[in-house]
Amino acid sequence: MTINDVQKILNATVVTQSTYENNSVQSGFVGDLLSVVMGKAKEQCAWITIQGHINIIAVGTLINVACIIVTEDFKVDEDAISKANEEGIVIMTTHLSSYESAALLSKNGLE
Amino acid sequence: MNLHFDVEGGEFISAGVASSKVKKVLKQLAIKPEIIRKISVAMYEAEINMVIHAHGGVIDAEIMPDHVHVVLKDEGPGIENIELAMKAGYSTASRLAREMGFGAGMGLANMKRYADILQIESEPGKGTTVEITVKLYPEQA
Repeated sequence: MTINDVQKILNATVVTQSTYENNSVQSGFVGDLLSVVMGKAKEQCAWITIQGHINIIAVGTLINVACIIVTEDFKVDEDAISKANEEGIVIMTTHLSSYESAALLSKNGLE
Repeated sequence: MNLHFDVEGGEFISAGVASSKVKKVLKQLAIKPEIIRKISVAMYEAEINMVIHAHGGVIDAEIMPDHVHVVLKDEGPGIENIELAMKAGYSTASRLAREMGFGAGMGLANMKRYADILQIESEPGKGTTVEITVKLYPEQA
């Protein structure tokens, strides 16, 4: 699955200026506690969270996530978006809950 | 190679600058991604702790041919009971830190998990020094 596929499946809005839509997404991870995400999420995963502040970019780049999906229409801070653009991380937002997002991605074949 | 960073306290925004920089240098040195992840995560956790609990501090990262050694030194409140602090889930983080997704009580547990050698020295009221060593080529050790 590509980042583009993830966006379509969730009908999510990409808030970063990304050119990485064709990058591969290999797994999913749901988590709002940053240490748990850092400890457990795999590389190239789609990370589903309600956190929208700049530290998600640090966590995302340290563990090489494929993209970050901010659910429940939580706002993504401006400084987080500009940092994500700098680091080449794709962030998308959706009104869906984290559970609904994970369920939809799973149903469409993401492990 | 030696890298030095000054970390400001309470600055959640800039936390992670030091670990990101070290990560980039290691990437340029073509170190394996899983090794880079070990160093980055352990170092980021320690860096975040400095911001959340102490009032910032200094970080010195030494990149050697076969290992990375990071020393994070603060003059914060210190850790009363290191054994208790090491317990997964134990946290003294503020409400603000918790709302931001920190303070899960997993920081020291992650450091222990990812560092090859972890040393913590702390004196209540004086400060804490955390030393993290990660081998770059563990298969050759």
